[in-house]
Amino acid sequence: MKLKIKKNKLLIDQHDKNFMYGGKFGGNFIPETLKKPIDDLTILFSKLRNNKKFLKERDNYFKNFIGSPTPFIKLENLTDHLGGAQIYAKVVSEANGGAHKIYNATVHCLIAKRARKKYIVGDTGAGYAGKMLSMAAKKFGLKCKIFMGAKDIKRQRPNVEAMKKNGAEIVPVTTGSQTLVDAVSECMRYWVSNCDTTHMCVGSTVGPNIFIKICAWSTAQISRELIKQVLEEFGKIPDNLKLINCVGGGSSAAGFWNEFMDTHAQFIGVEAGGPKKSKLHAAPLTNGSKIGILHGAAQYVIQNKEGQIGSTESISAGLDYPGISPLHCFLKDTKRARYTSASDEEALKAYQLVSKLENISPSLEPSHAFAEAIKLAPKLKSSEIIIVNSCGDSVKDKDIIKLKLGSYIR
Amino acid sequence: MKSKIALAFENCKKEKRPALITYTVAGDNTKNNSLKILNKISKHADILELGFAHNTPIADGGQIQGSSHRALKNGIKLKDVFQIVKKFKKDKPNKPIILMGYFNLIYQKGEDNFLKNCKSSGVDGLIIVDLPYPENKNFANKCKKKSINFIQLLSPTTSKNRMKKIIKDSHDMIYYISMLSTTGGKLKVSPKKILQNYNNIKRINPKKNLVIGFGITDKTISSLKSANGLVVGSMLCKTIANTLKMRQNPVTKLDKVVYNLKKKII
Ligand SMILES: Cc1ncc(COP(=O)(O)O)c(C=O)c1O
Repeated sequence: MKLKIKKNKLLIDQHDKNFMYGGKFGGNFIPETLKKPIDDLTILFSKLRNNKKFLKERDNYFKNFIGSPTPFIKLENLTDHLGGAQIYAKVVSEANGGAHKIYNATVHCLIAKRARKKYIVGDTGAGYAGKMLSMAAKKFGLKCKIFMGAKDIKRQRPNVEAMKKNGAEIVPVTTGSQTLVDAVSECMRYWVSNCDTTHMCVGSTVGPNIFIKICAWSTAQISRELIKQVLEEFGKIPDNLKLINCVGGGSSAAGFWNEFMDTHAQFIGVEAGGPKKSKLHAAPLTNGSKIGILHGAAQYVIQNKEGQIGSTESISAGLDYPGISPLHCFLKDTKRARYTSASDEEALKAYQLVSKLENISPSLEPSHAFAEAIKLAPKLKSSEIIIVNSCGDSVKDKDIIKLKLGSYIR
Repeated sequence: MKSKIALAFENCKKEKRPALITYTVAGDNTKNNSLKILNKISKHADILELGFAHNTPIADGGQIQGSSHRALKNGIKLKDVFQIVKKFKKDKPNKPIILMGYFNLIYQKGEDNFLKNCKSSGVDGLIIVDLPYPENKNFANKCKKKSINFIQLLSPTTSKNRMKKIIKDSHDMIYYISMLSTTGGKLKVSPKKILQNYNNIKRINPKKNLVIGFGITDKTISSLKSANGLVVGSMLCKTIANTLKMRQNPVTKLDKVVYNLKKKII
């Protein structure tokens, strides 16, 4: 059967009655205890997304709390330097808190308030999802707990400090690889035990279906702004327009592409290829991983033959995850998006080049997307347009960058 | 023909006591020891649950995670799990064994292939933690065709309406999760309250064998003995961890612990 994306229907809603996209990705592979809280949340969200008052409230917070629209700028120096396609950036890192994770966090807090929950918990890898949730929780008066791998706590110190300042409790996760995958598992386990009093926010477009939906729906703000900015700048959607985004769980990419789904814009997702010499990577789509079940959803996932989830390695904590959103699996199989990977070294070089030439300094996650732009641009005509989602700021990666490159510039 | 699981419950009813159901992880702490443990504790337990370890469990607490970790570190594979069952069944063909685990391992093996292996090794039932109703209907039917019990879970969050549907579709055993918790949590609800919920569920269909699990230890087991069956898991996993720490023999220790559990419910 050939999979196809339907027009005029949000990607998040293109699932069947079992919440599967294309009949094989997603679903709700969850313990019985979570059935009811997930059903309740599903019903609440389907009401809220059609509720004018709620939408007005959301838009108000997006504008006045998050700050919208985030800038859309041309990277003149990088374009000149590479001598090919014109490169633009959507500077999502200008959003309050410094990354796209703020959209999902804010919407989850709004929902938690409506559900009359007093506590909110979330997972984090790079620390952004946690930082944003702690910010939004503080704003909305919710008590916040963040699960974070012990390895990530060490490598993403600035975001850990921010969470603490916002009054969140950080729970170090010391099982498994002590990274994002373990943080998500531990957070889900916590929710199983506390779902009567506590709302859970999953930090990306992964997990049981409702979390994928809420996250992509929230993050879609990026492309709602961008499509206007593109039309203003070019008068139309340019031919061969390429939208390049890094993918960890896939939330920033889902949000960056959403409004362009029915247009001719091309989507390129960049996964974490890991260190050049290592066999470990975090690129299930690029490297042909098989479908498996992780964190309640069927997806392409790094695993062994038995179905044990594999370890990954990436310089970027935010991309260091063995799975990938079912939405991206669907986009891949329908060929609506193309996926590739960049190595640690390529991402570092891209960070360095962009930070040197331009006024922006992408964190290591979007640096993977920039690495692909840098590879592609020289091969393209100067009339062609590339837009990169610069969805995080390098400040959080200062320590790693210093260690790897000897110095940090911004 | 009645299933071995149904017969085990009948037998316990005759003796006017709940079925004692144990949970240990295949390969904890070694493949050999886990078989020896099954052999020993089957003298006291009525039904044996055997976990097949997954490294990303979303509903297990620290103790069972620890057991799974030890098993996986020893290189346990599904084929070893089936071997353990097969060897156990050679001596004790009538003692029911239930495999318990996460769906991804079945998904990778292929549902039919997995069930074929269950059948040939002598597995009597399956509990799949992350395959809830109604998504499990298809697989549950496949199990039924092979005369393997598909055991559904009910939780304090399960609505009455949903319970009715699940119970209607259930086979010879239903598992009630005592409280909102991962496995191995402290019993945070009073036994009285648990039994109240239990009785409400029983009323939906008194004929169904309903067991209670999660948080049960030697301290609480006797207060719940009016149930059809009681599952003890994390306490056994913890016992294994402790014996390893103290350089004791986990097999003899588990034998004693399960013997004591049994004494408390007869
Ligand atoms: C700045 C940044 N970009 C990208 C990601 C990857 O996540 P996603 O693919 O969901 O956008 C993260 C995750 O932590 C992040 O912090």
